[in-house]
Amino acid sequence: MATTDLEQLAKQSGLTTRKPRSLWADAWRRLRFSITARIGMVIGTIIILTALLAPIVDPYDPTLDSDLDNARQPPSAQHIMGTDRLGRDIFRRIVHGASLSLSVGVVAVLTAGVAGTVLGLISGYFGGATDMIIMRVMDILLAFPSMLLAIAIVAVRGNGLFNTIIAISVVGIPGYARLVRSMVLTLREQDFILAARMVGVRTPVIIFRHILPNSLSPIIVSATMGIGGAILSAAALGFLGLGAQPPAPEWGAMISDGVPFLRQNPHMVFFPGMAIMLTVLGFNLLGDGLRDALDPQMRT
Amino acid sequence: MTAYIIRRVLGLFPVLFGITLLVFFLVRMIPGDPAVTMLGDRASAEDVERVREQLGLNEPLYKQYFKFMGQLLRGDLGKSIIHKTDVTFDLRQRLPATIEMVVWALLIGVSVGVTIGVISAVKRNSIFDIVGMIGALLGVSMPIFWLALILIYELAVNNKILPPSGRLDAAIFVDRRTGFILIDTLLMGDFYAFGNALWHLILPACVLSTVIMPPLVRITRACMLDVLNQDYVRTARAKGLLEQVVIIKHALKNALLPVVTVIGGQLGGLLGGAILTETIFSWPGMGTWTYQAISYRDYPIVQASVLVSATIYVFVNLGVDLLYTVLDPRVRYT
Repeated sequence: MATTDLEQLAKQSGLTTRKPRSLWADAWRRLRFSITARIGMVIGTIIILTALLAPIVDPYDPTLDSDLDNARQPPSAQHIMGTDRLGRDIFRRIVHGASLSLSVGVVAVLTAGVAGTVLGLISGYFGGATDMIIMRVMDILLAFPSMLLAIAIVAVRGNGLFNTIIAISVVGIPGYARLVRSMVLTLREQDFILAARMVGVRTPVIIFRHILPNSLSPIIVSATMGIGGAILSAAALGFLGLGAQPPAPEWGAMISDGVPFLRQNPHMVFFPGMAIMLTVLGFNLLGDGLRDALDPQMRT
Repeated sequence: MTAYIIRRVLGLFPVLFGITLLVFFLVRMIPGDPAVTMLGDRASAEDVERVREQLGLNEPLYKQYFKFMGQLLRGDLGKSIIHKTDVTFDLRQRLPATIEMVVWALLIGVSVGVTIGVISAVKRNSIFDIVGMIGALLGVSMPIFWLALILIYELAVNNKILPPSGRLDAAIFVDRRTGFILIDTLLMGDFYAFGNALWHLILPACVLSTVIMPPLVRITRACMLDVLNQDYVRTARAKGLLEQVVIIKHALKNALLPVVTVIGGQLGGLLGGAILTETIFSWPGMGTWTYQAISYRDYPIVQASVLVSATIYVFVNLGVDLLYTVLDPRVRYT
C-alpha cells in the first residue's frame, strides 16, 4: 500500500509521519487555540451548567417567592443583585431564568435549522417546480421584518413561551433553507455526486450521506450565531409581554418589570440585561471561533 | 441591465401577492370571533350575527380575500376595532414618525459604523481597533431595549441632558404638512421647534442605530483589510499619493460594496428594532401603534402595519439590489 511505502520511506530518512487528521479534528484543534472561541466556550459552559444545575441545587417555585418587606432593595451582601418589586432576589431569578432563555434559543434554532435544512436540500437537489414553490414561500417569509413577523405570529397564537419558540423558529427557517440550497447547488455538480449517481446510489442516500455532511459546517456556524439571535428575540418578546408569562423568571420580562422603577431602582433593569448580553456574547464568540476553525479561508 | 430591472420588478408581484395572502390568513387564524371582540362578551347572539354579516365574515374565505384585496387596492385598510377610526388615516399620521427615526438611525449608524471600520482597518491591531472590535461584539449581543433604558437612566434621569420620551415638547404647536416634524418645523420657519424636535430625536435614533452599527463596523473593517492588500492600492501609494487620498478614494470606494448589502439586509432589523425603541421612548410611530393594537387585539391595525412594513421592506431591498448594479459595473446579471 502507498501509505506503508510512504511510512517506510519516512522511517528510512529519519522523518516522523503524522496521522492524517479529519476535518473535524482539525477544526477542534483550531478552535481550542482561538482565544475568542475559548471565552465563548467558557461562557457557554457556565450558562448550560447554570441552566441544568439550578433546579437541582436550589429548587425554585416562582409563585411562592416573594418577600414584600424587602421589596426593591439595592444590591447588598444578602442580595447581590438586589430585589425586585415583590422582594424576590434578582440573582436567584436570573439563575433560574437561564434554562428558559437557553431552551428557547436552542430549541428554536434546532427546529428552524432542521426544517430549513430539509427544505433547502429538497429544493436544491430536485430543482424545477419543487424548488420554485419552496423558494417563493421562503421569499415571502423573508419579505417580513423578522421581529414583526414573530410578533404577529405570537399575537395570532397567543402569548407564552411555547408560541415564542414557534414564532422564532418560523422566522429562522428561510435563512437556513437559502444557505443549504446554495450549498447543494454547488455540490450537486461535482464529480463525486455524479460518481455516486452512476453507481446507482439512491437519491435519499446521496442527499443525506454525500451532500449533507459536506454542507454541514456553514450550517453549524450559522446555527451557533443563531442561538444568540434567538435569545435576543425571545427577550424582546418577553419584554413586550408576549413571551413567558409572569411569574416565570424570563430575563426580558424581568427588565420590563423593572421599567416603572427605573428612576429609583435601576438595578432591576440592569442585571437581567447583563445576563442576556453575556449569554448572547458567549454564543456569538463561539460562532466566530467556529467560523474561523471550520473555514480557515474565511478568517479575517 | 434593463432586462434585469424589468425581471426584478415583475418578480415582486408574486412576493407582494404572497404577503397579502399570508397576512390575510394569519389574521383569520386568530382564535375568537372578531364580532365578539367588537361587541364584547355580553352581546346577544343576534347582534353578533348582524355584525358578522356586516363584516362579511359569513361569506366564503376566497370571497373575503377578494373583497380584502379590492379594498386594499383602493387604499382602504379598514377601520380600527377599538378607536373606530380609519386605519389608512391613522397610518398616514404614524408612518412619517417612524420613517424619520429609521432614516436618522440609518444615517448615524452608517456614518459612525463605516468610520470606525475604516480606522480599525487602517490602524490594525491598535488600541482603537481592539476597542472597536469589542464594542461591535458587545453591540450585537446587547438587547436594544435594555440599552435604551440604560441610556434613558444615564442621560435623561440622572443627567437631564436629553428628554426621556416623546417627539416634541407638549407646549409646541406644529402645523402638520408632511408629517415629518423636522421638515414641518422648518417649513414654519420655527427654529426653536426644529431644535426641540432634533433634541427629542437624538436618543431614540442613536439607540436604533446600534442595530446596524456593529455589523457595519465588522464588514467595513474586513473589506478594507482585503482591499488595502490589493495591487492598485500599492500602486496608488507608490505614486506618492497622500495616504488619506489612497484610503478614501482608492480603498474605501471599493470596500463600500458589501457595506451596501449589509445596509439592505439590516433594514428588517431596523424596522423590528423600531417597534422596541418606539415603545420605550413613547414615539408616536408605527411601532407603538402596532404594539398597542396587539395588546388590544385590534386586528385591522396589526394587519395594516405588517402589510405596510413588509411592502416597504421589499421595495427598499429591490432598491438596494438595483443600486448594486449601478455601483459595481462588474456585476452582470444574466
